[in-house]
Amino acid sequence: MNEKTEKLIDKKGIRLDGRKADELRPVKLQVGVLSNADGSAYVEHGKNKILAAAFGPREMHPKHLAQPDRMVLRCRYHMAPFSVPERKSPAPSRREVELSKVIKESLEPALFLELYPRTGVDVFIEVLQADGGTRCASITAAALALADAGVPMKDLVVACAAGKVEDKVVLDLFDAEDKLGAADVPVAYMPNLNAVTLLQMDGILTPDEFEKAIDMAMDGCKKIYELQKEALKTKYMVIKEVEE
Amino acid sequence: MPTFFEKKQLVTPGEMLAEGDYLPGENTYAEAGKIYASRIGLVDSDNKKVNVVALKAFYVPKMGDIIIGTVAEVGFNGWTINIKGPYTALLRASDVLSRPFKPQNDELSAVLNAGDLIVAKIASYDRAHDPQLTVGEPGLGKITRGQIMYVTPTKIPRIIGRKGSMISMIKQVTDCQIILGLNGVILVTGKSEEDEELAITAIRKIEAESHTSGLTDRITQLLKEKKPEAKVEENKVE
Repeated sequence: MNEKTEKLIDKKGIRLDGRKADELRPVKLQVGVLSNADGSAYVEHGKNKILAAAFGPREMHPKHLAQPDRMVLRCRYHMAPFSVPERKSPAPSRREVELSKVIKESLEPALFLELYPRTGVDVFIEVLQADGGTRCASITAAALALADAGVPMKDLVVACAAGKVEDKVVLDLFDAEDKLGAADVPVAYMPNLNAVTLLQMDGILTPDEFEKAIDMAMDGCKKIYELQKEALKTKYMVIKEVEE
Repeated sequence: MPTFFEKKQLVTPGEMLAEGDYLPGENTYAEAGKIYASRIGLVDSDNKKVNVVALKAFYVPKMGDIIIGTVAEVGFNGWTINIKGPYTALLRASDVLSRPFKPQNDELSAVLNAGDLIVAKIASYDRAHDPQLTVGEPGLGKITRGQIMYVTPTKIPRIIGRKGSMISMIKQVTDCQIILGLNGVILVTGKSEEDEELAITAIRKIEAESHTSGLTDRITQLLKEKKPEAKVEENKVE
């Protein structure tokens, strides 16, 4: 994979996986896939395959973590040992602990935490197959799982990344572009409230490129948001059709 | 002052519902003069109030609610009750015994043991304290027979029907006693197991099809098919 001879973007502006600069990978979303969880979602974002399950609000265990004035959101981002080409140890790595925190903080602004004090909501995110941009796809899935669990939300949270590859700003990096490219900017966004809940940058960008990357990522988010709404509605539409 | 929905439209969290002179009702919230949905559900408005009937939610205790719970633990001077909500409820020994409770005389697990089911009323509840239950009213207390079923709490009003029409029809046709716990637990007690099964089938159908119209007719039909000898008086409760 580390052959620098291969160009990440060819002369026509087509990327390694055949996409244009501002094109998303195909996204498939499904809600209510796990019967044992209160809410759940499954996401296929390009080659990423991610499951998210939400539980609660329920009594917080261990009890000392409960907050007297608000609900506590806990997230666990975990990559399955078989999710990457080289076996990943199933123990939570430094990266996974950090991503769990980052995902938690990007979802919190969407919840009414003050409504149910002393309780906890748990979101478990399992990456079954990874191909770059798993944190974004995880946020998209986790928001759907929370909505499916019936947890009141201000808005659904969507996430999408943009970055710089071969001196060009492109949308939705996949694994090879992420590793060989110059920069990666993941953005989580609440489209109806027009609020950004996560913004990270890894690499070097000029201020102009940075702004272009954010705009591009936000446009990508809006496209995924439409799919998110549709996925949530589809669960109940199916029931309606069966009767008619 | 526009609204952005049609009656009974399916909405998702974050969808803008109205702008201007409207009030946020159930499962909605207001921000900067606009009203948004906070759960997936069907929108409706009466006068200036915009409501979303949620398709999935959890039970939030309210004072005066009749609920059905399971004894989770026998404590020193009461029981902790699982009410299928974000909080566990407390039932005090003195409330059940209706006299002062003396630990040396009374064995609590002989009265109610872990796993027992009770019908109870929420006596008190606020943000800072777990709900307290009471069984000191007729019709409340330990459940000794019948069948239990679980539904999403938001579907209970649909099962009751307008002015209780739906539930009284099922009760009448199946000759069952039905207690609807507002926490989504339902107790069906009938003279025979077949009667109970029929009532459960009918309630299951209401739960699955609650967001569609013409449901009463379909339930009437179902009950008539399964039990033709029973007389179905429509709209008995007016």
